[in-house]
Amino acid sequence: METTSMIHLDNIVKRFYEHQENELEILHGISLDINEGEFVSIVGESGSGKTTLMNIIGILDRPTEGTYILDGISIADAKDKELSHIRNQKIGFVFQTYNLISRTTALKNVELPMLYAGVPQKERRERAEHFLEMVGMKDRMTHKPDELSGGQKQRVAIARALSNNPSIILADEPTGALDSETGRTIMDIFHKLNYEQGKTIVLITHSKELAEETGRIVTIQDGRIVSERVK
Amino acid sequence: MLFLFWENIILALNGLRSNIMRTLLTMLGIIIGIASVIAIMTVGDSINGTVTSSMESIGANNITVSVSRVESEDEEITSTGRNFGSFSRNASMSDDDYITDEMIAEFRSEYTDSIQGIFLSESVGSGTAEDGDLSSSVTITGVNSDYLENEELTIVAGRTFTDRDQEESRKVVFVADDLVDTMFGGQYFDAIGEVIDVFIKNRYYQYTIIGVYEYEESSSIAATSDSTELPTTVYLPLYAAREETRSTTGFSSFTVATATGVDSTEFCDTIEAFFNNNYYRNNEDFEISTSSMESMLSSLTEMVSTISMAIAVIAGISLLVGGIGVMNIMLVSITERTREIGTRKALGATNSSIRTQFIVESIVICIIGGIIGILLGIGIAAIATNVLGFAVQPSINGIILSVTFSVFIGVFFGYYPANKAAKLNPIEALRYE
Ligand SMILES: Nc1ncnc2c1ncn2[C@@H]1O[C@H](COP(=O)(O)OP(=O)(O)O)[C@@H](O)[C@H]1O
Ligand SMILES: [Mg+2]
Repeated sequence: METTSMIHLDNIVKRFYEHQENELEILHGISLDINEGEFVSIVGESGSGKTTLMNIIGILDRPTEGTYILDGISIADAKDKELSHIRNQKIGFVFQTYNLISRTTALKNVELPMLYAGVPQKERRERAEHFLEMVGMKDRMTHKPDELSGGQKQRVAIARALSNNPSIILADEPTGALDSETGRTIMDIFHKLNYEQGKTIVLITHSKELAEETGRIVTIQDGRIVSERVK
Repeated sequence: MLFLFWENIILALNGLRSNIMRTLLTMLGIIIGIASVIAIMTVGDSINGTVTSSMESIGANNITVSVSRVESEDEEITSTGRNFGSFSRNASMSDDDYITDEMIAEFRSEYTDSIQGIFLSESVGSGTAEDGDLSSSVTITGVNSDYLENEELTIVAGRTFTDRDQEESRKVVFVADDLVDTMFGGQYFDAIGEVIDVFIKNRYYQYTIIGVYEYEESSSIAATSDSTELPTTVYLPLYAAREETRSTTGFSSFTVATATGVDSTEFCDTIEAFFNNNYYRNNEDFEISTSSMESMLSSLTEMVSTISMAIAVIAGISLLVGGIGVMNIMLVSITERTREIGTRKALGATNSSIRTQFIVESIVICIIGGIIGILLGIGIAAIATNVLGFAVQPSINGIILSVTFSVFIGVFFGYYPANKAAKLNPIEALRYE
């Protein structure tokens, strides 16, 4: 099927413990297209399947059924190694719990995706510093994660997500663990990335206000898309 | 991917540094194992090195043949007479018990092809050569021609003994150039034909110098005593010396040098059989026993290798336990870092780069343990060799072997945990609390 969208999901079903007694169908046929440069938010109750969907979009997980085409590449046909490469090059993840590597500095954390991409040391360092500066964390780059506040950790995590210049940013409740003021600064960074650099952003959030700021709001309920609203 | 390897080493070191106590405990098995290997190899090499070099100076193909007391049945500990303790106890030997010239001559003619030389000597004693104010310390030794030949001395002036000197027991001597330096101001040719007085145990002996040899410090002696005080040897024909000591009996021992290609350990049996069957069959108290450098060496190396084997078993067990310890701690560390592994995968790490990360970490643990073990092992060996009185020679082979082995253990015991980490499902890993 020909498609021009960045993310094309067609009738995606996700079941856990397949063919087992406790088989669990979480997503019941999700179809969704997201174009390049869009800023989409996904909202829904806890346990509705948002993270599961996000993991499929971020190809951390494969759908049980359905088609997923990411930037023209059919994910079902790709090997594990290719998936690693796509995650590394095309996608930047931002998690609710930051997931920084605690034993090493902010700088090393930002360098990590470039390390897996084979970027030489000098360039790695330069680019890491550049992105840390962009999120306002350059002065703290030699600090380890436990020496940083939540908002600071999330800014480092965003710099890390940006380091290989991915076209897609996937953020799963990035402000969920932050106070509203800090959440604001994080949101501002996303807007800037979307507006100035044309990044495609998919944001999962609980906050109605934050969702309202995005270009499209997708609501999920019990593993189904129940409404889509373009602003 | 080489730089990734380097990054992994730094990463591993960071991780280990943050948990020093646990790391050290993990390494303990490796440390003990490697230290044992290094210690035994170093001690072995040091003993071998020292023994071989002193063997070479003494002559590995020499067999000492001596009269020894027949061991009574209940006293007998070893089946062969050829052991370290087989020295003759000639306190109550009668004239008939000694080895005679005839026996030696018979033996020589029977085994001409196997014998390179038969060395007979008679020590007259130690004392000083004196000439007015001048004196030089000497030891006087009576020797047969084979003995002198075997010394391989360089003649500076004059000659060695002729057969007639030996047969007629002439009071002529072959002296060291050092002695001539002191006594005759280094005039070697003028010294020939001169008479020297040697004072030993309240008695003066007079000898005519017929030759001067170049004195060489024997390395084993030089190492132990003050070289300026060393007495030089004054050689005398064998029977001239036996006249001085008033020896009327035969010999209680002599030395046989085997010809090249003769197995000296085997030849020991031949010698014992020859003498005991022909001459000592009816002697109830005494028999002939032999000891060769080679057999001493082989029983020494046998002893060392037995100890080595025992320690190798201990080393093997501790390395195995150490390896399992490393595997265990790797599994713990991987469980602790499940989320980290998930994150890394989300950021684009392939299975093989995760696997490499953990194998490198395991290798780093093992190599650090190995290095500590090597240092500890050399330390133990240095103390042990010191106590035994040998020079320490750190075993290069042992070090190379240990490092290689450490890497091997790291890979072998690290592979399973690393592979487990590599195969973690990224979403499971990210969900892990
Ligand atoms: N790997 C998994 N194995 C089993 N059940 C899962 C797994 N991932 C998610 N689930 C279940 O799927 C449901 C939806 O989870 P999730 O997608 O995390 O929801 P949300 O992010 O919207 O809160 C939950 O009931 C959760 O327990
Ligand atoms: Mg969620």
